[in-house]
Amino acid sequence: MLASLLRRLIQAIMVILAMTIIVFVGVSVIGNPVDILINPDASQAEYARVVAHLGLDRPLWQQYLMFLQGIFHGDFGTSFVYNKPALSLIVERLPATLELAMTALLIAIVVGLPLGLYAGLHPERLSSRLIMSGSILGFSLPTFWVGLMFILLFSVQLGWLPSGGRGETASLFGTNWSFLTADGLHHLILPALNLALFKTSLVLRLTRAGVQEVLPQDYIKFARAKGLSENRVIYTHVLKNLMIPVVTITGLEFGSLIAFSVVTESIFAWPGMGKLIIDSINTLDRPVIVAYLMMMVMLFVALNFIIDICYTLLDPRVRLDTKGK
Amino acid sequence: MSQAANKPQETALLPASLPSTSRMVRTGKLAQKFVMSPGAAIGLGVLVLIIFLAVFSPLISPQNPYDLSQLDILDGRLAPGSSSFDGVPYYLGTDAQGRDILSGILYGLRTSLIVGVLSAFAAATIGTSIGLIAAYVGGRVETLLMRLVDLQLSFPTILMALMMLAFLGKGLTNVVIALIIAEWATYARTVRSSALVEREKEYIEAAHCLRLPGYRILFRHLLPNCLAPVIVISTMQVARAIGLEATLSFLGLGASVTEPSLGMLISNGYQYLLSGLYWISFFPGIALLITIVAINLVGDRLRDILNPRSI
Amino acid sequence: MANLLTVSNLVTEFGGTKTAPGLRAVNDVSFTLEKGRVLGLVGESGSGKSVTGFSIMGLVDRPGKVTGGRIIFDNRDLIGLEHEEMRRLRGKRIAMVFQDPMMTLNPVLRIGTQITEAIQAHDPMTKSAARIRARDALGLVGIPSPEERLDAYPHEFSGGMRQRVAIAIAMLHHPDLIIADEPTTALDVTIQSQIIAEFQKMAEISGTAVIWITHDLAIVSRLADDIAVMYAGRLVETGPVEQVLGTPRHPYTQGLIQSVPSQNQRGHRLHQIPGMTPSLTRLPTGCSFRTRCSFATEQCHTIPERTDTGTRTYRCFHPVTEGL
Ligand SMILES: Nc1ncnc2c1ncn2[C@@H]1O[C@H](COP(=O)(O)OP(=O)(O)OP(=O)(O)O)[C@@H](O)[C@H]1O
Ligand code: SF4
Ligand SMILES: [Mg+2]
Repeated sequence: MLASLLRRLIQAIMVILAMTIIVFVGVSVIGNPVDILINPDASQAEYARVVAHLGLDRPLWQQYLMFLQGIFHGDFGTSFVYNKPALSLIVERLPATLELAMTALLIAIVVGLPLGLYAGLHPERLSSRLIMSGSILGFSLPTFWVGLMFILLFSVQLGWLPSGGRGETASLFGTNWSFLTADGLHHLILPALNLALFKTSLVLRLTRAGVQEVLPQDYIKFARAKGLSENRVIYTHVLKNLMIPVVTITGLEFGSLIAFSVVTESIFAWPGMGKLIIDSINTLDRPVIVAYLMMMVMLFVALNFIIDICYTLLDPRVRLDTKGK
Repeated sequence: MSQAANKPQETALLPASLPSTSRMVRTGKLAQKFVMSPGAAIGLGVLVLIIFLAVFSPLISPQNPYDLSQLDILDGRLAPGSSSFDGVPYYLGTDAQGRDILSGILYGLRTSLIVGVLSAFAAATIGTSIGLIAAYVGGRVETLLMRLVDLQLSFPTILMALMMLAFLGKGLTNVVIALIIAEWATYARTVRSSALVEREKEYIEAAHCLRLPGYRILFRHLLPNCLAPVIVISTMQVARAIGLEATLSFLGLGASVTEPSLGMLISNGYQYLLSGLYWISFFPGIALLITIVAINLVGDRLRDILNPRSI
Repeated sequence: MANLLTVSNLVTEFGGTKTAPGLRAVNDVSFTLEKGRVLGLVGESGSGKSVTGFSIMGLVDRPGKVTGGRIIFDNRDLIGLEHEEMRRLRGKRIAMVFQDPMMTLNPVLRIGTQITEAIQAHDPMTKSAARIRARDALGLVGIPSPEERLDAYPHEFSGGMRQRVAIAIAMLHHPDLIIADEPTTALDVTIQSQIIAEFQKMAEISGTAVIWITHDLAIVSRLADDIAVMYAGRLVETGPVEQVLGTPRHPYTQGLIQSVPSQNQRGHRLHQIPGMTPSLTRLPTGCSFRTRCSFATEQCHTIPERTDTGTRTYRCFHPVTEGL
């Protein structure tokens, strides 16, 4: 168990290192940082000064080491736009994004899992077919457009929910959260629903596929042959087998929710990391871009790592110790 | 990372390994099966219509919406059904610049389809080649390539696309490049696993024994047997690419204001939404939705048909 | 003595609709079983043995369905019985052991859980009491250190051990009837004998009747009181084991017996039934065995009725008369 944990940890570090190279090459080799930093009318001498200051006259590998060093110290440079350290800008906005993504994930599971279970258990019913068609729609609907339509319907036409912002927040663990106040919750609903739409379809289809795979298995028939109640068969025998793929995939999808919140945050003016990165790409604020990308890389690697462990815990067949608890 | 954690979101929806379709003998039967599902038949019909509209959009559309000389700002923000000063009807209304939304949609569809098909085709070509090479060459090369695929697939498409756009800068061309870079890995993984299965089969061994040159084995024997999954993924991929292009353009990272794009049109309407001018965003979105749904319906059916368990 | 189980004219179909009949995996099957007796159900692969068993359990897979006949168990017709009543019979009074021990136990639940839930499904009791019973049940089928093994997962058990767990579960409530679907096919010979002995003991002690499904005539001759031979969904011959195996009436039964190695002299070629088992979708008209039967005549183009001699039955126009 320990050995494999260690192996995975090393793998995770390798992935991060690989990504630092990619990001470095992308930012420093493909793009030219000086062009953005400096006024086009600047003199030759000025140009050389900035180049020297940034270390851009040194060999690439030295620049890379400097880059790595910066990352190790959490120093990604200062935002050109906000004139603040890039990392702290990102970290400040992390809670808003996390809150949005978690709520969306919760919605996706709470809605997708039961519907998928139902559709899988009664595939021939009309309602199941409707659910499945709905999920195709959920896959196909462009998230950003649905967001706009939400605003149009619920904010403009009906006036039920606010169209943007986080609303009132309350403090917990030293950061501000929207879900703690009624007003904040009000603001959270539309963006969270919007972000959840795609993942709900995914969880739904995944669950249904899982049910259909598990149901014909001999062990389900045997469970029935034992005289177990239908509830026990479904909620213990079927569901337990389902949890493995569902947990794995939903876990992975959490990362993609955070990535996709870029879109939702832009529409609903949700002050999270996603909105920041779009603004930064538009204004070519490289330190923030690099900080964001590296942050996401770490997040994904960490997520993968955690999911791997959960997977091991959930599926006794891949569990590495031979004894039970 | 381990295999469990690396499933890209699509593989969950695709059967674990798609079989290879044998020769054309089955094609007729497949077509028949395809039409048997009403959803897929409708999807196909709509798709053909959309392609037609997109291809002939300059001939069909009432206006060239990106020729500024044809736009009249006085016709700006007209509601659907109203007419221009000189009596030309705007069936779906106009945007702030007086651009006919219907014409904008027709031109936008053209861009969407080109971006979708181009990026899916390029990603398929690159990914398939890499997958085949990995399976055929084996050894270190295979390990290295597959590591790269794993790395790529552990990050979601939109993040990869954002990353590429951050490096390359904004613009429609860069969006296409970003889409290709974000998607080749799916093909590589699928093709490699199908090719691995094929590689073990007797006829490949026989081909080896006959000392057929490597490229012949690759292209004559391995490739045709990996085509079924590639076709299925490609269909879905076109839909995803279209959606992603629109999203990126909406975010202001793709098409510029003067380029015809559905995402851009929707984005233009965003600021007028709160004042109730719904049509600028609404209709292009519907067009986008119909396109994506049609492609997905076709793809869904293709997947069912090419999946052995349903044959 | 009153019969424990009377199956009459049972038909089970796959994929039939209201207008078109489906595949008849079980076709007009009738037999009876008395308390404490062992019935050997034999036949080639795909002849419908398992489906017969599942029909009795009320567990035929969709799209399969029992579409005709009666299954009278302890004076009640199991067909059309309410869900809840059927559930109360399953595992309690009628139990089944499945063909493939590797697939019968749920891979993600502990062995202990899978046994205790079967206990609690019929006898409400505390978890700890159920656990003690589960432990004893494991011990009874010869699993060493049962207490610890309760916490194991199925993948930690060998195929033989898993089959014993399945048998332990089937025996938990001392059922009146156990349907054992080739419970020993996947196991090696020594374990086979142990398990067969287990069943014999149980049949004696608690008067449990057994339907033993198998390909293996040798096992049947050792274990069973009666035998039923199945071919393409129909029972072609039934009767007491010694009589049927000694003087088979149906040509198919004769063929089966002759193809068992020990029946042949050394150096002689093994007898084989000519031809292939026909697929259910393409059965010949009339007697299904017609195309492979050396006795077949024009008459065999119609379906032979059941001939009932009192102790045995067969379906054939030209029964084998050897040994009469
Ligand atoms: N779920 C199912 N769907 C469709 N047909 C089925 C299904 N299960 C069984 N059958 C059909 O019923 C017939 C009888 O199958 P059954 O499993 O009872 O055979 P068997 O005698 O138990 O064979 P074996 O000795 O291989 O176990 C087979 O021809 C099979 O095609
Ligand atoms: S009925 Fe005819 S074909 Fe069938 S087994 Fe008897 S003799 Fe053979
Ligand atoms: Mg069987």
